[in-house]
Amino acid sequence: MTNKDYSNKIFKFILKISAIISFSILVLLFVVLLKHSYLAIKTFKLKFFIDTTWDPVFEKFGALPFVYGTLLTSFLALIISAPISISVALFLSEFANRRLKEFLGVIISLLAAIPSVIYGLVGIFVLAPLMREYIGPGIQKIFGFLPFFQGSVYGLDYFTASIVLSIMITPTITSISTELFDAVPKSLREASLALGATKWEMIKISVLKTAKVGIIAALLLGLGRAIGETMAVTMVIGNVPNISLYLFSSGATLASVIANEFTEATGDLYLSSLYYIGLVLLLVTLALNLPSKILIKYLVKTK
Amino acid sequence: MNRKLKDKIFQFFIYLSVSIVSFVLLFITGYVLYKGFSSINLDFFIRLPKPVGEEGGGMVNAIVGSFMIVGIASLFSIPLSILTGVYLSEYKNEKFANIVRSSLEILSAVPSIIIGVFVYGLVVYPMKRFSLLAGSIALSIIMIPLIARTTEEMVNMVPTTIKEAGLSLGIKNWKVIFYIILNTAKPGVLTGVLLSLARVFGETAPLLFTSFGNRFWHRSILDPAAALPLQIFVYAIAPYDDWNRQAWAGAFILIIIVYILIIVSRRLVLKYK
Amino acid sequence: MEKVKIKIENLSAWYGEHQVLKNVSFDIYENKVTAIIGPSGCGKSTFIRCINRLHEVIPQAKVAGKIYIDNKNIYDPDVDPMEIRKKVGMVFQQPNPFPTMTIYENVIIGLKLNGFKDKNKLNEIAIQALNEAGLYEEVKNKLDSLATKLSGGQQQRLCIARALALRPEIILFDEPCSALDPISTAKIEDTIIKLKQNHTVIIVTHNLQQAARVADYTAFLFLGELIEYGPTNSLFTAPKMKKTEEYIRGVFG
Repeated sequence: MTNKDYSNKIFKFILKISAIISFSILVLLFVVLLKHSYLAIKTFKLKFFIDTTWDPVFEKFGALPFVYGTLLTSFLALIISAPISISVALFLSEFANRRLKEFLGVIISLLAAIPSVIYGLVGIFVLAPLMREYIGPGIQKIFGFLPFFQGSVYGLDYFTASIVLSIMITPTITSISTELFDAVPKSLREASLALGATKWEMIKISVLKTAKVGIIAALLLGLGRAIGETMAVTMVIGNVPNISLYLFSSGATLASVIANEFTEATGDLYLSSLYYIGLVLLLVTLALNLPSKILIKYLVKTK
Repeated sequence: MNRKLKDKIFQFFIYLSVSIVSFVLLFITGYVLYKGFSSINLDFFIRLPKPVGEEGGGMVNAIVGSFMIVGIASLFSIPLSILTGVYLSEYKNEKFANIVRSSLEILSAVPSIIIGVFVYGLVVYPMKRFSLLAGSIALSIIMIPLIARTTEEMVNMVPTTIKEAGLSLGIKNWKVIFYIILNTAKPGVLTGVLLSLARVFGETAPLLFTSFGNRFWHRSILDPAAALPLQIFVYAIAPYDDWNRQAWAGAFILIIIVYILIIVSRRLVLKYK
Repeated sequence: MEKVKIKIENLSAWYGEHQVLKNVSFDIYENKVTAIIGPSGCGKSTFIRCINRLHEVIPQAKVAGKIYIDNKNIYDPDVDPMEIRKKVGMVFQQPNPFPTMTIYENVIIGLKLNGFKDKNKLNEIAIQALNEAGLYEEVKNKLDSLATKLSGGQQQRLCIARALALRPEIILFDEPCSALDPISTAKIEDTIIKLKQNHTVIIVTHNLQQAARVADYTAFLFLGELIEYGPTNSLFTAPKMKKTEEYIRGVFG
C-alpha cells in the first residue's frame, strides 16, 4: 500500500527536478552575462551606446555603429517584408483552398527552416554580386537623387543584409498573421460582404482592422527576429564598424560584431565590451519578443 | 480610383507576394542543390580538410562532428525536456509550473549567438578550452524550450477521458502518464523532437565560441570539433575558390538533412491530428 | 434479505465551491443492478465517481461522508485509492479505448500495468473478458488490430471487457449507451443483465426505459439529493415522492 505513495512521489520529484533545471538555465544565463559584462558596464556605462569609436587597439569601445547597423537593417527588413508577409497571410486565410494552404504551408516551413548560414552563402555569392552589378546601379539610376542610394555599391552592405533579413523574417510574420486572420470570425466577413463590399474592402474592414493589434505584435516579433539574426547578416554586411547614410556601404550589427570579434578579443575590457553588447542585444530582443508573444497568445485564444 | 480597380490591384499584389515568396524558396533550394551537387564528390565525405591553399580534401570531420554534437545534445535535452513538458501539463495549475513555463518562453526568445556567449562563459572559459561538449551544451539549451513546449501541448491534447480510463483500472498515476498518455501523445512529441533537431543541425552562431571548429578530428568530446554549418561559414567567407566550392557542397548536405527532418515531422503532425 | 455490498453514508461532494451531492445515503445490494436516474446536473456522474474515488482526481474536488464496500470505508485515510479502483471497474459515457493499442492490448493493459506477467493466464483472462462483454466472437480474428478500427458499439464493449479483465467485484456504468445506436445499446443491456450474476452493477442513465429494463433497484437523484430509492418496479409504478412521479411522467429533466 505504501508502494503507491513512493512511486508517484518519486515521479513527481523527477518531473520537478527537470523543470528546475530548465528554469535554472535561464537564471544562469543572466548571471553569466552580467558577470562578464560588468567591467564594461562600469567603465562605459550608458555612453557605450553613443560613442562611435570601436577601436580595440586603443581600448576605446563605443557601440553606436552596431546599434545603428542593427536598427537600420532590421527596420529596413521589416519595411520590405511586412507588406509581402501580410499579403501571403491574407492569401492563405482568404483566398487559398485547403490544398494550396497545405502546399504554401510547406513552402513557408521550409523557408523558415533554412539555416542562417545557407542564406548567408546565397547572399554572398548570388545576391551581393547581383547588387553590385545590376540592382544597385539600377536603383541608383532611378532613385540616385535620394541621399541613401548614393555612394559606391559594395555588394556586401546594409542593403543586401536588409534584403536577406527580410526573407528570413517573412515566415515568422506570415505564420502568425495567418493565425490571426483565421481567428477573425466568419460572421464579420459576411457582414461586410452583405453590405456590398469588394473583397479588398471586406478584408480592409473586417479582417485587417480586427487583427490590427495582432499584426503589430507579429511585426514586432519579426523585428525581434531580425535584430537577433547573426550568421546571414555577418556574411553579407561587410563587417566595418561604420556609420553611414549610404545604404550601399558596408556596416556591422550588434550580433555580427560579436560573431566576428568574440574569439579574437584579447584583453578583459574588449571581451567585456562584447558581453555588454550581448547583454543589450538580449534585452532588446526580449523586450520586443515577450510582450508580442503574450499579446498574440491572448488574441488567438479569445477567438 | 474606382473600387473595382482597387480590388484588382490588391489581388494582384497578393498573388505577386505569394509568387515572390514561392520563387525565393524554390530558387534558394534549387540553387543550393545545383551548386552543391556539382561540387560534391566522394572525397567530400571521406576526407579531412586540406591545408590552407591546397585544393581538394573534404568535410568528413564536420559531418561526423555535427552528428556527434547534435547527438550528445539530444542525450541531454530530449529526456529532460520531455519530462519538463509532462510536468507542465500534469501540474499546470501550480505556481512553479507557471514560472517554468515563462522561463522557457524567455529562453526560446534568446538569440542563438547569446546562447553561444553564455556557454562560453559557463563552460569554455572555466575549462580553458573549446570543446565538442560545450557545443552540445549550447545546442541542448536551444532544444529544451522547443521540445518542452511541444510536449506540453501534445500531452494537453490527449483527452481527459483517456487519463480517467487509465486511472479507473487502478493503474498508478505515473504509469498512466508514462505508458498511456505519453504513448498516445508520441507522434506529436516526436514532431517536436524532429523540429528541434532540424533547427539545431543548422545552427552556427552557438558553435562559434563553443565547439569552435577543427581542421582535424577531435580526439575526445573535450576537444574542439568541426561542424557542418561552421565549416560552411568558414569556407564561404574565405578567399579560396576551392573552399567556396566546398561550402556549397556542405550546404547541399545540410539543406537535405534539414528538409528531410522538416518533412517527416510535418507528416507526423498530420497523423497525430 | 439482500446482502449489502456498498453502504453510502452521508455522502457529499463539491466542485470547488459548488456542492454537487448533498448527504446522500442508501444501500446497494450485491449481485443486483442498481440504476441512478435524475435530470442533468443532479450529480449522478459525480456520485458514481465517488465510488471508485475518481472524483477526487479533479483539481478542487472535495468529498465528505463514508462509502463502505464490504464493511470497509473506502475513504479511510489508510486506504489506497488505486486498490479501490481495481475492485471497482468503470465504463464511461464515450467509449475510450486506448487509441495507440490493439484490441488485445486494451483488454490486458489494466493487468499488465498492475504487474501481471503470466502470458498464458493473460490470454485466458482476455478471452473470458471479451466473452463476458459479448465481443469475442466479433473480434477473435483481429485481436491485433487497432482498437480504434472498431465501431462505436464495439469499442464500448471493448471498454467493458477492459474493465472486466481486472475481475472487479463492482462495475460502474456512466450512461454507457448515450453515444450508441439501438442495436449496440440492446447488446450492452444484455451484457449488463448477465453481469450481475458475478458482479454488483451500478448504472447511471437518463433513459428511464433503460432503467426499467435492466435495473433491479433504482435511485432517483435531484439537485444532489436522494429523493427516492427502491425496487425499480415500485419506483416506477408507484413512486412515493411527488418529485419522483413528476420526473417519471416527464414533467422535467
